Formats: sequence, C-alpha cells, structure tokens
Amino acid sequence: VCFIPGGLDCSISFVSHVLGKVCVHGRQKEILSVLVPHLTDLTKSDCIWQRICWRLVECVPDRWMEAVVLGFVQRTPGADVLSRLLGNLVVKNKKAQFVVTQKLLLLQYGHTTAVLQNLLGYLSLDGLRRALLIKVLQELLETWGSSSAVKHSPPEQQQYISKAILICLSHLKEPEIETCRQELLTSMMEGVKCHLDSNLPQIRRLGMIVAESISSKINTDGPVLKFQYEEDDEARELKSLLVQTPPFCVVPSLPDDDRNEKADAAVPLVLESSKKSHTAAPVMPDEELGAELDSDDDLIPYDMSEDKELKTKAPVYIRDCIEVLTGSEDVDKWEATVKALEGLVRKNPAATREVSVELAKILLHLEEKTCIEGFVELRQRAQVAVLTTDPIPVAKYLTSQFYSLNYSLRQRMDILDVLVLAAQELSYPKSHGKTKHSGAQKPCIQLPPGSDSSKDWRRIVDERIKSKTRRFATGQSQVELASSPNEFSSVAGHFFFPLIQHFDRPLTTFDLLGEDHFVLGRLVHTLAVLMYLAVNTVAVTAMGKALLEFVWALRFHTDSYVRQGLLSCISSMLLSVPTERLLEDMTEELLETQSWLGDVVEKDPDGDCRRLALQNLLLMENLKKKLRTVPS
Amino acid sequence: MALPPPDPQFVLRGTGAAVHTLHFSCGNQEPDVPILFSGSENGFIHVWNLKTHRVDKTLDGHGGSSVYCVETMGGKNRLLSQGRDQRICLWDLAEGRTSVTNSVFTENVGFCRCALLKVAQGRWLMAMAAKAPEEVQVLELPSKTSVCTLKPEVGAKLGMPMCLKLWQHNCDSQPLLLAGYEDGSVVLWNLSMGKALSQLVCHQEPVMSLDFDSEKEKGISGSSEKVLSIWSLNEQQNLQVYKTQKLVNAGISDITIRPDKKILATAGWDHRIRIFGWKKLKPLAVLDYHTATVHCVSFSDHRNPCERLLAAGSKDHRISIWSIYTQT
Repeated sequence: VCFIPGGLDCSISFVSHVLGKVCVHGRQKEILSVLVPHLTDLTKSDCIWQRICWRLVECVPDRWMEAVVLGFVQRTPGADVLSRLLGNLVVKNKKAQFVVTQKLLLLQYGHTTAVLQNLLGYLSLDGLRRALLIKVLQELLETWGSSSAVKHSPPEQQQYISKAILICLSHLKEPEIETCRQELLTSMMEGVKCHLDSNLPQIRRLGMIVAESISSKINTDGPVLKFQYEEDDEARELKSLLVQTPPFCVVPSLPDDDRNEKADAAVPLVLESSKKSHTAAPVMPDEELGAELDSDDDLIPYDMSEDKELKTKAPVYIRDCIEVLTGSEDVDKWEATVKALEGLVRKNPAATREVSVELAKILLHLEEKTCIEGFVELRQRAQVAVLTTDPIPVAKYLTSQFYSLNYSLRQRMDILDVLVLAAQELSYPKSHGKTKHSGAQKPCIQLPPGSDSSKDWRRIVDERIKSKTRRFATGQSQVELASSPNEFSSVAGHFFFPLIQHFDRPLTTFDLLGEDHFVLGRLVHTLAVLMYLAVNTVAVTAMGKALLEFVWALRFHTDSYVRQGLLSCISSMLLSVPTERLLEDMTEELLETQSWLGDVVEKDPDGDCRRLALQNLLLMENLKKKLRTVPS
Repeated sequence: MALPPPDPQFVLRGTGAAVHTLHFSCGNQEPDVPILFSGSENGFIHVWNLKTHRVDKTLDGHGGSSVYCVETMGGKNRLLSQGRDQRICLWDLAEGRTSVTNSVFTENVGFCRCALLKVAQGRWLMAMAAKAPEEVQVLELPSKTSVCTLKPEVGAKLGMPMCLKLWQHNCDSQPLLLAGYEDGSVVLWNLSMGKALSQLVCHQEPVMSLDFDSEKEKGISGSSEKVLSIWSLNEQQNLQVYKTQKLVNAGISDITIRPDKKILATAGWDHRIRIFGWKKLKPLAVLDYHTATVHCVSFSDHRNPCERLLAAGSKDHRISIWSIYTQT
C-alpha cells in the first residue's frame, strides 16, 4: 500500500478501518510488522507523514482502537517512535486513553518491560500527555499501596505495577516531583507498610525497592530510605529501570535531551569512580619497595614482628593507685593496678593508713572494668589487706556501710566476708604468715568466688568444735607456736558490735528481718566466726553476752540457714568465752539456752540444726564436767 | 619470609647478681681458651671459660661494691676493673695469679665507665670521671700520671659525664675523647690542648652510652628516650647529627659497634637486644631472651669471623651469648 505524497487531501479512514479490522482479528503482527517500519522511516523527518500517521490511527473506529493501539505499542521500537506514530492520540481519543492509561497498566500485566517503557515514555514525551503520566503514576501508586491489592493480586502483577511505577518515576522531572512530593510520600509510607507485612519475601522486596526509589526521588538532598535485601538479577533489573538509557536512534529534536544526558553522565561517573579505587591500591606497595632497596645490602633482617611496646606497669605508690582506680581511662593501667594493689598495700602500711578509708570506699564500689581473671578475689584480697593494715577506721567504715542504703546484697555480703578474713588474719600469730597453718586446728576460710560459703563455715565451725573437744580430753598435744600479740584483740569489738547493732532496724532497701534473710544468715555466721576468733581477747565476754541476746531474739526464725548460724554462734561463744566468765556472768542465760537447745534437738525440722544443737549441748556438758574437775 | 630471631647459643648462669659489664678476650690462638670477663653487682669479676661455659676464676677486689667496667689491657692477663668503691684496679692474671697490682682512687661516685686507649707499647691512656662534678680526668697507665683534666666551661651545665670514648685516627695522631653528659650532649675533647672541639646536643635525656667508628668518623649514642642519635664528624672536627633512629621502647643502657663495623648492638631497658646494620641503621633483629633490663652488650674479638659472638649481661643475673651475622 503506498501513499501519494504532496498536496492531496486523501482520506485515510478507509485504511484505518482496514487496519482496525485486521488488528481486531488478531493479525496485528503481520500487518504491523510491515507497516510500522515503513511508518517509522517515513515519519522520521517528514512532518506530513507524521500527520498522516496520526490521522490513520485516529480514524480507527473505537471498537478496534484497543487492538490497534496495543499492536502499535508492542511493535514500535521506542517511545519516541511511538510518539511520532501515535501523536496525541491518547489525549484526543477516549478509548485510546483508557487503553493506554488503565487497561494496559492496571488491568493487564502480561506485557514486557519494553512495552511499559514504550508506553510510559510515550506519555512523558509530550507536554499534553505528561499530565496523563502524573495521573497514571498516582493510580499506580494507589494500586501499589492498597493492602488488599498486595494481599490478593498475583506477584507477577505486583511486579508489573512496580516496574511501571519505577519507569514513571524515571520520567518525572523536578517541578513535577515538587508538586506531588507530599502525595508520593504518603502513598509510599502506606504502600511500604502493606508490602512489609506480606509473608512473601518477593513482595517485601518489591515494596522495599519501590520505596527506596521513591524516597530517593523525593529526598534528593536528605537521607534516603535504605532497606537491606538480597540483590539478585531481578532487583538489579528493577533498579535499572530508574535510570533512563539514551534512545537507540539519535533524533535531534527530542525534548528529553537533557534528561538523557543526565543519564549518560550518571553511567560514566560510576565507571570513573571504580577505576579510581583500582589505581589507588597499587600505589602503596611501590613506596615501600623503594625504601628497601637502598639500605644495607648483604645483611638480611630477622623477623621482628614480636617486637612490641612493653605493657604498662602498675603504679608504685598507693596514692597513684587511687588515682588510677578512680579516674583513669587507661584500661591497661587499671588492670595492672588492680593486680598489684594488695602487694602495695601490704608493703606500705604507713602510706596505706593515711588513705585507708578512701581506699576501702573505692574498693567496695570497684566494678569490673575489663575482664580480669579472678577479679573478685583480687578485690577481696586488697580489701582484706587494707582492713588489716588499718583495722579500726576501716572496720568502722565497713560496718556502717553494711547498714546503709543503696548497697547491693552482694556488696553487703562482701563486707561480711572481708571482715571475717581480716579478723582471721589479725588473730593468727604473725610469725606463721598467711600460708602456713599448723595442723587442722585453724583451717583457712576459702571463699570461692561468688558462691555461698556457709557450708564451709559450718564445716569449719564443726571441725573446730571437734578439735576443741578433743583438746579438752587429751590436753595440749600441739607444738607451742611462737607467740606474738594478738592484733585482733584490740579491734575485735570494732568488728563485732556495729554489726550486731542495727539488725532490727529496717531500711528501705535492706530489711534483715524481712526478705533479706539470706544476708541475715550470712551475718549470723559472720558473727559466729568473729566470736570464735575473739578467743583470748579482752572483749570476748561482752561479745558473748551481746551475742547471746542476739541469738535469743532470733531463735525462732523460720529460715533454717539462719538457725544454723545461730547455733554456730552458740558454739563459738561456748568455745571462746572463758568458762569462768560464762558460768559467773551468764548462768541464767545459759540455762535458758540449754532448754532451748534441747527443744531444737527434738523438734527442729532441719537435720543440721539438730546436730548442731546436740553438739552445743555436749559442749555445755563438757564445760560442767571441766568445772567439776577443777578444784574451785 | 623473615626467619624468627635466633636463640642464644648458650647462657652463662651463676653470677648471682646483676651483670653490669662484659669484656671478651678471645684473640689468642690455641691452646689459650677464649675468655669472657663479667663484672657483677656483688663486686665479683667472673672469668668465664667459653669452651666449658663455666667460671674459671672469681676475682674479688672491690669489697662487695658493684663492678661496672672491665677492660683488658693487651691480652687476658692484664685486667682493669672499675667499681663503685671509687677504685679502678689493675689485675695480674698471668699464670693463675689473681692479684691487684695497682689501683687508682677515683673519688668519683658516679657510674661513668672509664675509657682505655693504647697509645704505645705498654702505655695506655685512661679517661675517667673525676672528683669534681663535671670533670673528666685522663691518666696515663701504668704510671698513673695525669695527662689532662677536661673541664667544661663555666655555666655549660653539662652535668655528670655519663660515658666516655677515647680514640685516635691512627697511631700517630692526637688522641681525642668523646664524652656524653647528663644533659644529653656529646662533646669532643682535644686532649693535648685540654679543650673542647665541638659540642652537640643529641638527646633531651642523659646520654646513657655511646660508641664511635673512627674509620667512618661516625658515632651513635643512646639515652633513656626512645631514639638513638647518630652523629658524624665533619672536616672541621665538628659534630653534627646524621640521623635519628626511633625505638619501640624507651631506654638504652649500652651500645656497641662490632669491630668489623658492620653491625651494632644495643642493650635495652625493655629486656631486648637490638641489632642494627651500621651503614644505614637498618633494624636487623630483636633478641628477646632476658627477663630484666639488659645492662651491657659486647662483641667478641675472635680472629676467625665465624666464631664471633655477642654477649649480653642483664639484671636477671644471666649472660646470654649469641652467634649472629657471623657469615659476613
């Protein structure tokens, strides 16, 4: 079919009809495969042919419009060609508009990306049609953002719509984005929510990609939305839709030249930056090689990789230690200080006495800054060292803190442990030192980190009771130890009495008689040990009396651990207070205690309590026997 | 792939105190045994037999005061030792004797090791820190006559002399003295005129040790800082800084350049011995054996290059002997 150019007013409607009929019968491919290339060529530069073409398609009857338009959209190689061929058909013809803006995009989803590109590119190419583009975008976003659509429409359709959205976005210009920024934002937020709610990862990803794209378009200068998802071919393909590639054929009068140039510019920039990073890497090794070559020729260096700076040393002065522990940010130094502190305290008693309370305070509140092995033990030993070096003020401080507000249970128990260990150390003869112990008489209290040491104490007290009873029977069988003044005697009272003072006064955070009965148990055991260690001290009788009263007040406590502690107290008292004093000053109390003990032996539910009570009764029997044998 | 540094060839134990000074005497042929002299903090000088690795003789001449310098004077039978008892003793060790033949009372309570230089057969020059605070006295041995006393000018504030080195270009030229002082400067003295030729501030801290290569007229000094300073003598006999070498850890007790001028060793407060190439101060090895400050390093004077040894004495009472870079 050929046309006669020039001046003639032809009627093309017949041709349109033919075209339409053929297309509607499904022969789009055959006819358009011939027609479209011809038309493409003819309309390339010739305006008349363009107009003829437009006329051609405009005259197609409505009932066949869809087929024709679809055929054209599918057949044309690019949006610009489509634009030439169809002209403003979509604006003029309602049916065409419906097909292009609704049917092809929203109602069908089987078309290729190329078709979409054609379509949307076509819409964007002309000012009149751009309004349609915006409208299309809005409708697409509406569909994309509707939760029911997300839930019920097939993933392929959702993908199709997402692609369409991305292509639309790529065509949008700055002023248009400005006007509909708010709308875009709103629809994006809604849409992203529905998409992320979905159970299918593909849908979620689509949502994420589209949201990211929208966000990047509307927030050109601020932070953009960024999701984490798996990057695969599909994702990459989708993202590539955002960037418009330049058209295949160079057509001079394209209004979207600048947009394409931008796209062009974007691509080479990416390549440049990747090239730059490659060249940066090889530069470095070259410099190093250069330096090597002109130094000593024949002497090959050994491996010196182990040569590192020496570790920081611990401070040598107590006050420096205090500084490091309270302020320093240097963790190496802090660690070294914690490890060295006990030794320093013991080596410098005079210096320690000056700052003893401060040091005790710091140690009580010291928390583990870095992961040191045996931190708890190190801290405890340092505390014991401070306490033994300057017993009275530090004991005063610690016992007052025991009953203060806002300490953790762990800290209160730490106080008790430290008091016991220090008392033990103070009451041992110095000549033997800490490590040597003569026989089984005085086993060391080993406090395993973090765990409850009551069993140990019980065992120790039991052992002592046993050894003591044996001793009464067989007499002095131990070797005489080198004697030295008992340092504990002057301070025993300071350790003991403050602890026993306020036990019935509850504080907001600490209620011994209430829920903190675990601490009460520990306190009672501590008192028992202190009582035991106070043997041969001046204050022992007063301590014994006070302890007996204390035990009397608590003897019906419900917690068995506490009761065991109380019974240990009785044992310690019986062992430590000299017999004469016991019988002279405390006869009545002893009788009452004896009857109570008898009660415990028979009726107490806890086996250990019964055993301890029995031992106490035995001890009392022994005392009586002893008195009877000694001539008065 | 660099090799790991070598282990000591052997370790001499038994001094019982920190080792402050070492001196080899291995130049003699067989049947003479190679000897190492060591001076310790307990006042003993041990004569180590390097074949059996045991002490042959122990010399006690300083009454328990730390010996901080031992030198041989022409062979292993004549020994010079300097101790904190303010005495420099000359020993006669020939034929099994261990007697002090002569002694010099220095009246100096510092730590500056004396320097020896043989000027003629049987005649030695010895430089030592004198009684007056900043002075260095040069004596001729064995006559013990004073050659000169080197006094820095008034107001120079050099502090104590910390280390000395006597040298001469060749046998006929004038002997010169390089002295490192407490303020970190190194001074070149002319002995015949008794005055300073040049002074160079090399360090911010006292110069702990220095050594000088008379062939290349280049010297190196170490202090308590983290840098080694290398300086040279130009034609006008002026000292100028050549370069500085940064160290990993601060503090150098001793520096010595090997007699063949190829490598040098430094004894560090960080318990490590570092070996550098002398030409360009290229770090060659870090020998990490001792567990306390290394007080002294010394190279042996073996005639056979393959047998050459490096000895290091440390506060941990041990002397480590190394065989390193002996192929060159």
